[in-house]
Amino acid sequence: MVTVGLSQFLSLAAVLFALGLTCVVTRRNAVAVLIGIELMLNGAGVNVIAFARFGGSIVPGSVFVLFLIVLAAAEAVVALGLILAMHKRLRSVDLERTETLKG
Amino acid sequence: MHEATEAVNTTQLIIANHTLALIPLLPLIGALINGTMGWRLQRRFGRLAVGAIGLAMPWTSFVLAVAAFISLAQQPSGSILLHSVGNWFTVGVLKVNLAYSLDPLSGMMVLIVTFIGSLIHVYSLGYMRDDEAFWRFFTYLNLFMFAMLTLVLADNFLLMFVGWEGVGLCSYLLIGFWYKDLANARAGMKAFIVNRVGDFGFLIGLMILFWGVGGTFYNGHYFPGAAETFSLTFRELPALVGLASDKLIWGMPILTLAAVFFFVGATGKSAQIPLYVWLPDAMAGPTPVSALIHAATMVTAGVYMVARMNFLYVHSPAAMTVVALIGAATALFAATIGCFQHDIKKVLAYSTVSQLGYMFIGVGVGAYWAGAYHLLTHAFFKACLFLGAGSVILAMHHEQDMRKMGGLGRVMPLTRLTYWVSCVAISGFPIAAGFYSKDEILWQAFNSKALLVPGYVPWAIGLVAAGLTSFYMWRSYFLTFTGPLAVLSGHGHGHDDALAAHGSDAHAAARAGDSHGASAHGGDAHAAARVGDPHGAPALDAAALVASGAAHDHSAASDHGGHGGHGHGHGQPEEQKPVVTWVLLVLAAGAVLTSLLGLPVLWTGHAPVLEHFLSSVFVAAEDLPKVFPHGEGHWAEWLLMVVSVGVASLGLSVSWWLYRGRTSDVPARLLALFPRVHDWVYHKYYVDEGYQKTVVFAFMGTSTISDWLDRNLIDRAVNLVGALMRVVSAIDGFIDAQFVDGAVNLVARIVHRGGVAARQLQTGRLTSYLAGATVGALLLVVVARFVLDIVH
Amino acid sequence: MSIPDLIFYGVSLFVAVTAAYAVFTANIVRAVFSLLGTFFGVAIIYGLLAADYVAVVQLMVYVGGILVLLLFAVMLTSRIEAVARSNRSGGWGMGLLVGVCSGVVLVGLAFSAPWKKVAVLSQAMPTTEAVGEALSGAAFLPFAMAAIVLLGSVIGAVTLARKSGEGV
Repeated sequence: MVTVGLSQFLSLAAVLFALGLTCVVTRRNAVAVLIGIELMLNGAGVNVIAFARFGGSIVPGSVFVLFLIVLAAAEAVVALGLILAMHKRLRSVDLERTETLKG
Repeated sequence: MHEATEAVNTTQLIIANHTLALIPLLPLIGALINGTMGWRLQRRFGRLAVGAIGLAMPWTSFVLAVAAFISLAQQPSGSILLHSVGNWFTVGVLKVNLAYSLDPLSGMMVLIVTFIGSLIHVYSLGYMRDDEAFWRFFTYLNLFMFAMLTLVLADNFLLMFVGWEGVGLCSYLLIGFWYKDLANARAGMKAFIVNRVGDFGFLIGLMILFWGVGGTFYNGHYFPGAAETFSLTFRELPALVGLASDKLIWGMPILTLAAVFFFVGATGKSAQIPLYVWLPDAMAGPTPVSALIHAATMVTAGVYMVARMNFLYVHSPAAMTVVALIGAATALFAATIGCFQHDIKKVLAYSTVSQLGYMFIGVGVGAYWAGAYHLLTHAFFKACLFLGAGSVILAMHHEQDMRKMGGLGRVMPLTRLTYWVSCVAISGFPIAAGFYSKDEILWQAFNSKALLVPGYVPWAIGLVAAGLTSFYMWRSYFLTFTGPLAVLSGHGHGHDDALAAHGSDAHAAARAGDSHGASAHGGDAHAAARVGDPHGAPALDAAALVASGAAHDHSAASDHGGHGGHGHGHGQPEEQKPVVTWVLLVLAAGAVLTSLLGLPVLWTGHAPVLEHFLSSVFVAAEDLPKVFPHGEGHWAEWLLMVVSVGVASLGLSVSWWLYRGRTSDVPARLLALFPRVHDWVYHKYYVDEGYQKTVVFAFMGTSTISDWLDRNLIDRAVNLVGALMRVVSAIDGFIDAQFVDGAVNLVARIVHRGGVAARQLQTGRLTSYLAGATVGALLLVVVARFVLDIVH
Repeated sequence: MSIPDLIFYGVSLFVAVTAAYAVFTANIVRAVFSLLGTFFGVAIIYGLLAADYVAVVQLMVYVGGILVLLLFAVMLTSRIEAVARSNRSGGWGMGLLVGVCSGVVLVGLAFSAPWKKVAVLSQAMPTTEAVGEALSGAAFLPFAMAAIVLLGSVIGAVTLARKSGEGV
């Protein structure tokens, strides 16, 4: 059994989340942004499992993270579709090229 | 005669009448029609249309006047016809009505004005035939009739003043009728301005009277007048004036002051010293104007006014003295000037001034009916003289210098006859009316003890003037009608006094454009209806016809004599057309027949017709002190009559000796002996020049100074204010542009920049939105956990 | 410190390093493969936390599915070398700031918040059966919802990837 406390797991999740956020905010490549999103979701998942484990039963947490993963997959599918559409239209996946809503 | 009563109005019977207002109104309507449509009527229907309207009105007024007169004559003595149209205005205690009244005096005046006025309208039909501004002449003539009739028929002072001013205006309009010549315009202006000075005196007199009689505020107290309402009518005033006879202002009796100021107005209107200077210059107007206005009617307005105000003057011996003495002085003064004039119209002008002086002697000494009688006779013979002179001038192709005339008696018998009759009248021989009126005046002057000086002072002055009158009138007669026949030569210059600066051929040549072309005139020369056309006789050849027609055209338009005939050198003077000569005959007959109105009591045993007729108006004058108060002193009266005739005969004889036949060289020799005297008198004692240097100079100086002040001080001040305003507004503009606009612009710029800044948020990039959201969430968390300490 | 702790710290470090490499590298392919390592590490963490079923599912779906998907995306879309790493506005600065801030806050929260914990951790047991029971029992509704969401996403993806000109 690990004797590491909840806080350590939470901070690991926090680091993952922070890195994922950095990646999303910073990168210009749409795929990189997708990577960042996956990182954030992973971080969230760790968070939930940690809470579940330290909060009593692991099962609710597992169910939650299961759905999280499934939805992450669905979202990745849609995102890929978006990226492909964008690539078809703009010949590029550079997010700098999608500034038509710029005010 | 009835007994004298103090309050005249209690014996007056006032009869309502409804036609009096029409008498002045009809000429006004004529003036309006001709004034507004006259030139159109003249163009479409010819001069006859304009003339018909212009004539119809005064003649209708005459008919109405005769009817009213007859109606008055049928009433008992002392009655008055009153036509009150309505209330004019009411101010405080003063209630003035628009009312016309006819009493014997105004009845006489109305008849004179309408009759002689209408005759002169007829004369003008012929005289002004060639003038382009025919319609304007008749407009002004009718307007004058309106004003004069208003003056004469007015029931109260204010309406009379309306007429008073109106005749002054019409005098200006008519004297300056040929205004394109600057000298004429100046003469008109001179008349108007001198008249105005007189009117100012009239107004002051009126105000003093109103103040003294009608009640006034003075020193904070109200001094009530004699009546509840006060209307300045001539019917009310006699009683009221009696009540004010002891009031003083600054130590002088109010009534004397008022009377003297009224007389100042009369000197302006009736050309006495010192305001007579406009009358000789007024000869610049057309001859009918001179005859009507400056002989028969307007100039008599002053005499009429003094006669009207007899109830005022009898209260003040001082004022009566002033009137009588100035009248006498003027009579003599003007007579001396008249002796040396060359221009026939000027002689007549000075004669008018002189005869007006006689009228004032008459009303000054208290012989009001005598003054009015002389007014009547003078109207006839002076009008006849003027129109006769007009006839002569036309015949001489507008030559007015008597030295160039002569022998016209042979070729113009009718004119000569009427002129002769009028000269007899004016000189004072018993066969014509002038003797009766003038003699009555002189006798009453001698007889009067109402003045502050003995009565024989004005008598003596008047006697000398009578002699001179006879002398210069016969001089004018002899120079014009006797001697060798005048030759009509060209380039005559009618008068050479101070006015004549304009006399030149160039001027008249410029005139040629004004009237019709010579050919048109020549073509019409034989039209029967042409009056004043000296070329009607077939004896003249065609060339002379055309040439003199051209000269006539110019000169018909400028009767002031500066432009003689031009270079025709043919033809003879001729008698005028019947339209002219009939009027002359009527007037001459009148000059003789009016003597019947004034046959002295000495001859007939009862009072003269006119004196009896006018007695109700002059009741106040019956008690004036006389040298022979009860009608005795017949020997004195006979003696004075003989002396008058003697003096007149003396004047005639001297004139006969000097001028008859124009053969004597005595005048020339006398002239050589006394050149300076002649010069002095001939130039009218340089009075005009004196006025010019003093009064006119003072006024012009004052107005120049005022102008300088106005331009340099006041205008500068105004401009300074304007400049200040500009500075202020520039500052204002600056503030507005910089600060206000700046503030507005600042707001706009802030909003713009804010927008630009805010727009940065809309990057269009998802990632930055996400970043923003994250930051926001973080902030919330931080705030919740660490600040608000939400602890779970 | 016991061996599980060491494992934990080691795996955490591995996860952090690979995640960091995935974030900061310019080469997108390398980023994806580094992400592979991250997923593996997370799976191990799940295992450490006695969530065995989830760990396996993580491996299957993330590594087997999503990562492959990412690889497809990369292969289909990018010229690998030619994409700049940083964004134009804010650049790395903004991103790092955001990341660091959020990291710091979260870590701070993790350590400072009074979490409700059980005193003693329960025995580690296989969870598959329990999860299955939950899915067909208490959590059936989310299960069905997830199915619909998956359907929706598939339809969406197909629609998106259609040829342009046929309507988006």
